[in-house]
Amino acid sequence: MNLNFKHEWIETNIGLMAVLTMLAISVGGLVEIAPLFFIEKTIEKVEGVRPYTPLEQRGRDIYIREGCYTCHSQMIRPFRDEKLRYGHYSLAAESQYDHPFQWGSKRTGPDLARVGGKYSNEWQVQHLAAPRSMVPESVMPNYPWLLSTPLDISDAADRLKALRKVGVPYSLTQTEYEDNVTRFGETVARQLHIPDAQKNLVEQANFGNYDGDRSGISEMDALVAYLQVLGTMVDFSKYDDDAFVDNR
Amino acid sequence: MSEQKLQSQTVQTTGHAWDGDLQEFNNPLPVWWVYTFYATVVFAIVYWTIYPSWPWGKGWLGGLSDITYVNSAGETKTHNWNTRALLLEDLNQAAVAQKPYFDKVSGMSYAQIAKDPEMSGFILSSGKALFADNCAACHQAGGQGVVGFFPNLTDDDWLYGGSYDNIHQTLVEGRRAYMPAFSEVLGGEQIDQLANYVAKLSNIGHDAAKAAAGDALFHSETAACFYCHGGDAKGRKEIGAPNLTDNIWLWANVPTASGEEGKVAAIRGVIANGLNKGVMPAWAGRLTPEQIKVLTVYVHELGGGQ
Repeated sequence: MNLNFKHEWIETNIGLMAVLTMLAISVGGLVEIAPLFFIEKTIEKVEGVRPYTPLEQRGRDIYIREGCYTCHSQMIRPFRDEKLRYGHYSLAAESQYDHPFQWGSKRTGPDLARVGGKYSNEWQVQHLAAPRSMVPESVMPNYPWLLSTPLDISDAADRLKALRKVGVPYSLTQTEYEDNVTRFGETVARQLHIPDAQKNLVEQANFGNYDGDRSGISEMDALVAYLQVLGTMVDFSKYDDDAFVDNR
Repeated sequence: MSEQKLQSQTVQTTGHAWDGDLQEFNNPLPVWWVYTFYATVVFAIVYWTIYPSWPWGKGWLGGLSDITYVNSAGETKTHNWNTRALLLEDLNQAAVAQKPYFDKVSGMSYAQIAKDPEMSGFILSSGKALFADNCAACHQAGGQGVVGFFPNLTDDDWLYGGSYDNIHQTLVEGRRAYMPAFSEVLGGEQIDQLANYVAKLSNIGHDAAKAAAGDALFHSETAACFYCHGGDAKGRKEIGAPNLTDNIWLWANVPTASGEEGKVAAIRGVIANGLNKGVMPAWAGRLTPEQIKVLTVYVHELGGGQ
């Protein structure tokens, strides 16, 4: 390689070297990220996926706060054993409103992508408070404070506002609300309206009574509401089993 | 040291010098390394042509490798290799192996399955796996349940009935227990009397006078326990009201309560607070009809099927 002149020229011009270095290291990003903005097959077109309600969103924040993701993934891979144990493989569309997504790759405990509806609220509450009373061989820690800690609902609206900033379609204005009615239907759109966040949260918690205690809204109410919606938004009976085979 | 090393080596330099005497050695890579690198480049090109690789227009290059599968609509399709198509092929192969058994399961009556040793073996092995994945979290690995939460499936006491059809209905539709909280309509003394009567029904130590008063209350319109639990207190399976005379306990943790008074107190707690739990999820959307039938037989065979 007899490129003495050019080599020396680059090495003695620090500005030029910086530019060329940046070009070289951005190749990886350009090749892997840029095409995703043009490819139309990455996110499946399915009905039913919606942003979380204010209560579910608070539950999700608690899920992240308690570090559930360090032992539980939310990504069912397209393998036969995973389908038999957990259900249909996860779709990209199902986590389109997750910021940050909880796919994960560490499974000390089972995958939770479709845990919604698999167990009763009562089981979830007891299992979170004392896992070994339900599953003797479990190594999951106890989370008893979720039952005794009242849920802080004062910032319910702010949390949705933050997510709206990164593109989740929570509505702040009447026009946005009406767009959501068209897009998700009225029942869902009401839950996504930021000015009503606190009222919606209290209503859902009181109606659902997820922790079995009507005296107040605990962090357990929020977390169980979140767990019970996981993976339940898409009705897979509407689709053939190869409906999403092109999206890969 | 470094100067000695410098002199003893006959390594080439890149040729250019800075500040008059700063030079750079040119150590060529080992030959084996270079050829391994070229081999990985060749491997990558072969891989790109076989498997999905480069973005192309609004999609990507699919590669030359194909997978053929039969979808749920019964159509045979060929798709370029990807993990989702691979899963369908894998499921097809498993379905072909299991089909004769599942076809037999859906074609046979429960009584026929129970008599057929080959089918019983299939139910035992596939039912065990299904039970472990879906049922054991609540009913425990052996089906023994948890007192205070989830019913024992191995005894012959059934809240909603233990026939094949009852079990099948429970699996398909799920269940929800409900009992009103009697602290809202009765006084503490009345609840105590009822608890003593319920203890008497199962031959547990109790106060005879209170039990007699509880007996009257049980059958009165004031408490109206008999509406759900029946005049003989043996329960009504249509609504899941338990038999109170068999000394089998689900909600009141009588077996582990200590002493006569402790056991009566456990019963008192359930009467006073009622129940709005005991929810069993519906499995119709999660499991196939054949899987539910396998589980029906498996649970029936756990011990107490009727």
